[in-house]
Amino acid sequence: MAELLVVPALIAYGEAAFAYAGELRGPGLAGRLATWGVRLGWLAQTALLVGQAVSAEGFPWGTWAGSLNLFVWLVVGAYLIWGCTPRYRLLGLAVMPPAALLLALAWLGGGTGFGEDTASGAVLALHVGLMLAGFAGLTLAAGMAALYLWQERRLKRHERRVLRVRFPPLESLDHLAARAVVASLVVLALGIGAGASRVEREDFDAAMVVTFGIVALYAALLVLRHEGWRGRRSALLNLAGFALVAVVLPLTHFAG
Amino acid sequence: MKLTLVGVSHHDAPIELRERVALDGGAAAALAGRLGTESVVLSTCNRTELYLVREEHAEDVAVGTLTELAGEGAAELSGVVYRLRDEAAALHLFRVAAGLDSLVPGEGEILGQVRSAYEAGATGSFLDRLFRQALHVGRRVRVETAIAESPASVPSAAAALAQQVFGELGGRRVLILGAGKTSESAARNLVSRGATIAAVANRTLAHGEELARKLGAEAIELDRVSAELGTADVVISSTSAPGYILARDTVAAALRARRGRPLLLVDLAVPRDLDPRINDLEGCFLYDVDDLEAVVAETLSGRRSEAARAERLVAAEAARFREWQAALDVVPTIASLRALAEEIRDRELERAGSRLSERERRQVESVTSQIVAKLLHLPTIRMKEAAAAADGVVYAHVVRHLFGLGERSAERAEEERK
Repeated sequence: MAELLVVPALIAYGEAAFAYAGELRGPGLAGRLATWGVRLGWLAQTALLVGQAVSAEGFPWGTWAGSLNLFVWLVVGAYLIWGCTPRYRLLGLAVMPPAALLLALAWLGGGTGFGEDTASGAVLALHVGLMLAGFAGLTLAAGMAALYLWQERRLKRHERRVLRVRFPPLESLDHLAARAVVASLVVLALGIGAGASRVEREDFDAAMVVTFGIVALYAALLVLRHEGWRGRRSALLNLAGFALVAVVLPLTHFAG
Repeated sequence: MKLTLVGVSHHDAPIELRERVALDGGAAAALAGRLGTESVVLSTCNRTELYLVREEHAEDVAVGTLTELAGEGAAELSGVVYRLRDEAAALHLFRVAAGLDSLVPGEGEILGQVRSAYEAGATGSFLDRLFRQALHVGRRVRVETAIAESPASVPSAAAALAQQVFGELGGRRVLILGAGKTSESAARNLVSRGATIAAVANRTLAHGEELARKLGAEAIELDRVSAELGTADVVISSTSAPGYILARDTVAAALRARRGRPLLLVDLAVPRDLDPRINDLEGCFLYDVDDLEAVVAETLSGRRSEAARAERLVAAEAARFREWQAALDVVPTIASLRALAEEIRDRELERAGSRLSERERRQVESVTSQIVAKLLHLPTIRMKEAAAAADGVVYAHVVRHLFGLGERSAERAEEERK
């Protein structure tokens, strides 16, 4: 029965995604409903993950669907840090629809069931957990970059509603996205370090190459920011990095 | 307790009349003191209102006071003065505090003015409650609706746009082009939100120096503007120059030194001062008067739609006040009923006292006290509920009649007199 916790989590995330769209019409009830959807959904998913962890003997999120489940939880958890404040509420518009979609995918893929463990060992669990946390951070950074580009477009086009539906300030989005990238890179480095202790030379695969490519790209983004590549250029580079995270990495990792 | 409100406001009274009846803080406080037991005088540029609590002739006293203040405009006053009582008066005050009665819905200044009037007033328990609730309503409306979030003028829209780009404006550098009233107004709006005016550039340096002195900035010649663009975050321009004073290429050259930091340019001049192609440059956001007026029109319409939500909130608060006020009418009856019950209990206990041991007496005391409390609990609640309805006072009369409350107090008074 506890497996069904995914249903309230999914409903709450879905409700939040719709309510954030309502927030675009103007601040008010929709935004508050969205925030509560995020909170309740995250609590339900937390209970689900705890149930999975307790019932499994090893690491229960080793499959692609299980990883997706844990990944969504990390993304939404990280978003909750900002999402509860009205100023950054609209960031939920970039986060919650994909979160609801990915959780549904994880459910369909069997990643929310109980009693499954595909891998064991604390080091592997640490490696997977840190890598997913790092990618969750990069997802948030991409959400902020997308919101930056949207807000920049509104300001450039002199949209009449620019002060009525308030987005987070442009510079704050730029700085927060950069900070999220820095934090994610640190977590990813720790995750790679944890994984490297178990890797043999012949284990080296395409997913690892893509992971190093992602780290290199984001590191380049941070260096280029010092050279003046802020704002729009930084946001575009951020989204390019996220495309690697979202598309290429799962393909290379799980297809292999 | 009866609440009476008499006043004039911008809705009907012309400015000439409002000027006559307007009072500064000291005069308003003095008048409140003169008016009687409980009174508050709220006087702003849009209204002068007298709130009085007294049983008789309150309206006559208030109208007489306003007529006296109006002097030669007294004849005109009679056509525009409004008189409200009890719930309607409370609702009006709550709407005023919420900014719903203002020219620009949701404007924030009025709440402070209501607070000042309350603090300077001659208040007792009734007006205390009324004005505290009004302040609470004003705050609630601003927190729970978005009525006060949007700017209502072009200069404040410019400042709000700067916040949309930079967030907090503390430490942000503003460059002012032109030393006229419009530039000053926009600059003051930005300063009030924490920005720093770095420089004022003007064709006539002496005029620029005057404004720069007021704003604590440096005055510079117009030809030094390009050098300042490297460090400024916001540029406000409002000169009377016939053509562009800042070209696209000048700004493009300055962008290299900015290392990707955004630049907001606000052109308040007609004809325009800033080349519109500046908006095409990466990281540059250029707004002219038309853009800002469109934004303000939109935000004002947003305020009006938020006002509908605020009205519902205010109406609910006014209903709460009515319930409280109505309960005041039955409070003496409830108190008398409880006093009667206690009196009977004490008398019977005294009568039985000699036949009871100390332990038994304590037990009987406790039991009878609980019986009295439980018996009176429901009637008390029901009477307070009924008080809020139109026939609430009838309930109080019935209770007084059934228990002979008036007669008993009259008898007691007679006994005491003897």
